[in-house]
Amino acid sequence: MATSQTAALPWSSIDPVSSIDAVGVEARARLLAGRSVKRSAKLQALDLAIRCIDLTTLEGSDTFGRVAVLCAKALHPTPGGLESPSVAAVCVYSAQAERASELLRGTSVKVAAVATGFPSGQVSPEIKVAEATEVSRFADEIDMVVDRGAFLAGRYRQMQEEIAAVKQAIGPRHLKVILETGELGGMDQVRHASWLAMEAGADFIKTSTGKIQPAATIPVAVVMLEAIRDFAWATGRLVGFKPAGGIRTSKQAIAYLVAVSEILGGEWLTPERFRLGASSLLNDILMQIQRERSGGYQSPDDFTEA
Amino acid sequence: MVDTSPPTISPRREVIKQEAPAVFGEEPVEPMELDRLPYAPALEATDHVQLQQRYGLFIGGAFTKPKSNSYRSTINPATEEPLAEVAEAGSLDVDRAVAVAASAFSTWSRLPGAHRARYLFRIARLIQERSKELAVVETLDGGKPIRESRDFDIPLAAQHFFYHAGWADKLDFAFPKGRRGPLGVVAQIIPWNFPLLMLSWKIAPALATGNTVVLKPAETTPLTALLFADICRQAELPDGVVNIVTGGPKCGSILVRHPGVRKVAFTGSTAVGKEIQRVLAGSGKHLSLELGGKAAHVVFDDAPLDQAVEGVVNGIFFNQGHVCCAGSRLLVQESIAEPFMRRLRRRVGRLRLGDPLDKNTDIGAINSREQLQRISALVESGVAEGAHIYQPPCHLPERGFWFAPTIFTEVSPAHRIAREEIFGPVLPVMTFRTAAEAVARGNNTRYGLSAGVWTTKGSRILWMAERMRSGVVWANTYNQFDPAAPFGGFRESGFGREGGVQGLADYLELK
Amino acid sequence: MTPPSVAKTPKLYLDGAFSRSESGRVYEVAGMINVPRASRKDLRDAVAAARRAQPAWGARTAYNRGQVLYRIAEMMETGRGQFASPLGGGRAAARQLDRCLDSLVFFAGAADKLVQLGGSVNSVAGPYFNFTVPEPIGVVALVAPQKPALLPLVTGLAAAVCSGNALVAVVSEIDPLPGLLLGESLQNGDLPPGVAALLSGFRSELLPWVGSHRDVDLVDACGCTSDEWTELARAAADSVKRVLPPTPRSSPLTPELALRCMELKTVWHPVGV
Repeated sequence: MATSQTAALPWSSIDPVSSIDAVGVEARARLLAGRSVKRSAKLQALDLAIRCIDLTTLEGSDTFGRVAVLCAKALHPTPGGLESPSVAAVCVYSAQAERASELLRGTSVKVAAVATGFPSGQVSPEIKVAEATEVSRFADEIDMVVDRGAFLAGRYRQMQEEIAAVKQAIGPRHLKVILETGELGGMDQVRHASWLAMEAGADFIKTSTGKIQPAATIPVAVVMLEAIRDFAWATGRLVGFKPAGGIRTSKQAIAYLVAVSEILGGEWLTPERFRLGASSLLNDILMQIQRERSGGYQSPDDFTEA
Repeated sequence: MVDTSPPTISPRREVIKQEAPAVFGEEPVEPMELDRLPYAPALEATDHVQLQQRYGLFIGGAFTKPKSNSYRSTINPATEEPLAEVAEAGSLDVDRAVAVAASAFSTWSRLPGAHRARYLFRIARLIQERSKELAVVETLDGGKPIRESRDFDIPLAAQHFFYHAGWADKLDFAFPKGRRGPLGVVAQIIPWNFPLLMLSWKIAPALATGNTVVLKPAETTPLTALLFADICRQAELPDGVVNIVTGGPKCGSILVRHPGVRKVAFTGSTAVGKEIQRVLAGSGKHLSLELGGKAAHVVFDDAPLDQAVEGVVNGIFFNQGHVCCAGSRLLVQESIAEPFMRRLRRRVGRLRLGDPLDKNTDIGAINSREQLQRISALVESGVAEGAHIYQPPCHLPERGFWFAPTIFTEVSPAHRIAREEIFGPVLPVMTFRTAAEAVARGNNTRYGLSAGVWTTKGSRILWMAERMRSGVVWANTYNQFDPAAPFGGFRESGFGREGGVQGLADYLELK
Repeated sequence: MTPPSVAKTPKLYLDGAFSRSESGRVYEVAGMINVPRASRKDLRDAVAAARRAQPAWGARTAYNRGQVLYRIAEMMETGRGQFASPLGGGRAAARQLDRCLDSLVFFAGAADKLVQLGGSVNSVAGPYFNFTVPEPIGVVALVAPQKPALLPLVTGLAAAVCSGNALVAVVSEIDPLPGLLLGESLQNGDLPPGVAALLSGFRSELLPWVGSHRDVDLVDACGCTSDEWTELARAAADSVKRVLPPTPRSSPLTPELALRCMELKTVWHPVGV
């Protein structure tokens, strides 16, 4: 899957894996998702999951008011009395990034903004770079979408150049590259796109926009995590992983943590290298934590919405 | 868990530090070997399982005391604690079981196939209904991880009954009417590695074709067979159609020699299989044997690497390697030996060994002290003969029978570990250069049960499949089983097939 | 005094739900009961639902489809009581029910045997691996006979769906209740929505649309008169639909009943290093 024309890229490296067997990946994913994380281990995992959440709102109907509610929730996930760490970041459209950055200034919560013609990526390269440049004035992290059209048409170099250009435009800010795996057509392509994105300078590779089904799945995570591992072996560079889209339950979140732990290991079990893109997930985690602590099942009304 | 080596394998700690041979490269320093997500103990509940203190013999539809009046206890190999006492059938008991089965045969064999099917469907359903109980008992008695008994052994056992139920009323469409008939009383002897599953592989086709059964489970794992006897009661299976006699090799020997038996079906070691074949010579009894293996697991350079690693791990560490078709000789193409072995070692290092009842356990207990000694002896021979041993850091519980997952490199085809069936979590690795060499090396064995091939090239899969001398060839997967797919061996791995329409033929008199 | 009973409104079984005809029409059976008179649009909707449901149903393992059919048999067995009276009661009703159960159980056990019975590996003269497998044809339409109202319908349904087809059935016009009631067993047995539809109505009204529907792959004319069969076959020619002939009353259960609702596919692959 290695591309010969990528020699100019800073992290260019030959992918040692030539093919992926989807049936085998599914079997591995079942094994990982079947891990049973209970009691104290569950509390630890859920605490980590909260600290890794990119609390997200990406709707055409987003307003400043909506973003303010989200930021408050991100900082203090629980109403008074309960303890919870803040989430890693809020993830918003570029038009909301300035507002979010004002609200979160001086806190540990970062601002991530989607860019480059999210979610389709169907705008010109110039506009992509311009949007990324503009938004990086406010955002700490940029979640860009790749040009799936270019990828599927075999214009890999173009896809990589766009990533590299955006990376250059945003300077030290973290670049998460959204592959939109549900549009790529198969596991071989997920692997290939992951590798291309990492070569081009992605700090994170991210599964999905959340606007396409299927979004994040454990099998896709397995393939991307193995690519991250191999890339680390090949180049020494540790790229982060962000599953996003359709992650709503604690059980799902734990399954991703298990996959990261068993495929990559402890160095990735930190918000520096692992994020969960989600919104309703947070409350489910809080309910599960409270259930573990109190011993009884919870009502959604005891938790703040958003 | 306490970090204690088993008493029987002393060289383990020392040899761990040995360097990997040059062809596989240095084991890289792993920057990621820090902490991992902790998993708290996740034990499967056992409160729904009620074992009796003592079990008799299931003969003629009821549990009866053995005339031998002798019992032996069966233990949990993970704790060495006794679980129950089980009868030791003697000659008189076997006589009675065969007589009862013979008398049940006259009515059972004349039932319409659709009626026999109804009973088998019921049994399949009852196994599904009681699956958790059966899984827990299988794990307690045999030491296998609950994940495997829950997700593999028990569901597949139910599927075997469901599948063969479907044949009972369709024999006409596979075998010409009037030119086939059931055999009579069938003696079935099964091993300890998949107790209920092997029971279902044996009993389901025998009953579907109209035979009656005397089955002897393995002496270390009789309990699920005895629970199955209770399932026969719940299914209202006519008395005497299934009889279960427990006991050791002596009981087995009496059973296969019994003149009332028309067929012997045996799954177990090649040595015992040969003995049975000798004993039955000239008797006219039908015989099917499913014996040992030393499967070649061949990984080509274009294989999907991580899935191949997964397949190799599954091939040798599934059920602690207590699998007759285990992928117990890994042949890796030399050009990918290094990246492949790096992944394999890392993956093996992630396996979790421990309490079989823990839902996160990947490797459970070795089935018995005897088996642990056999494995240990062969591993010691591997070290003595000069192969390089690798075992990941692994805590072994203090009590019970345990063996750490083990990989041997620098293995010569002449080494004992490359030729003899180890039947444990031990993988000897060799390399090859060309497909022809892989075939030659793979077929260089007296066994012929199974083989594995990993390559993305379809034509090469079929080319390899044509040439591997084994009853089953798995391509880009391993250890797959289905009642619709015939299973059985070439050469000294035995004869006869289980599963599919071919499996039925072994339980029919075909003119 | 006992209160008047709570009567059940007969409904079509369409896309996993019980509904009245979209046309709102009914016809009277036995001078007592109003039965939905399905329209061509109900038929259209049923075929569309069948087409939607078939790929997932066909993609399930044969073992799983077999278990669903067996579950339907379990449901019919426990629901015998409610079939008895619509089937006319007495020994004849009981016997018809017994045979319906036999059919369901037979095809439950046939699902994972069809490839072995109907497929083959072929010895071709060349370095090729060559095999032939039967696979489900797609959407099957079935016209049930007027009498008996249940058994041929159940047999035809089980034979068609066990291999992974979806089915749209036109139940008996003069005796529609047993056929409509079958929907409850199908739903309770966890047959996925859309995999089977049961429509009551006027055959003269529905059959032309069955025959000419271009998204129906096969018509099982098991319950047709000779004239109806001829008409169906003629209309079917336009889309080269397969048409199975009317069945004699006492035909035995065979895997062939399922295999004839399947297509055969032959696959070639080279063998070489």
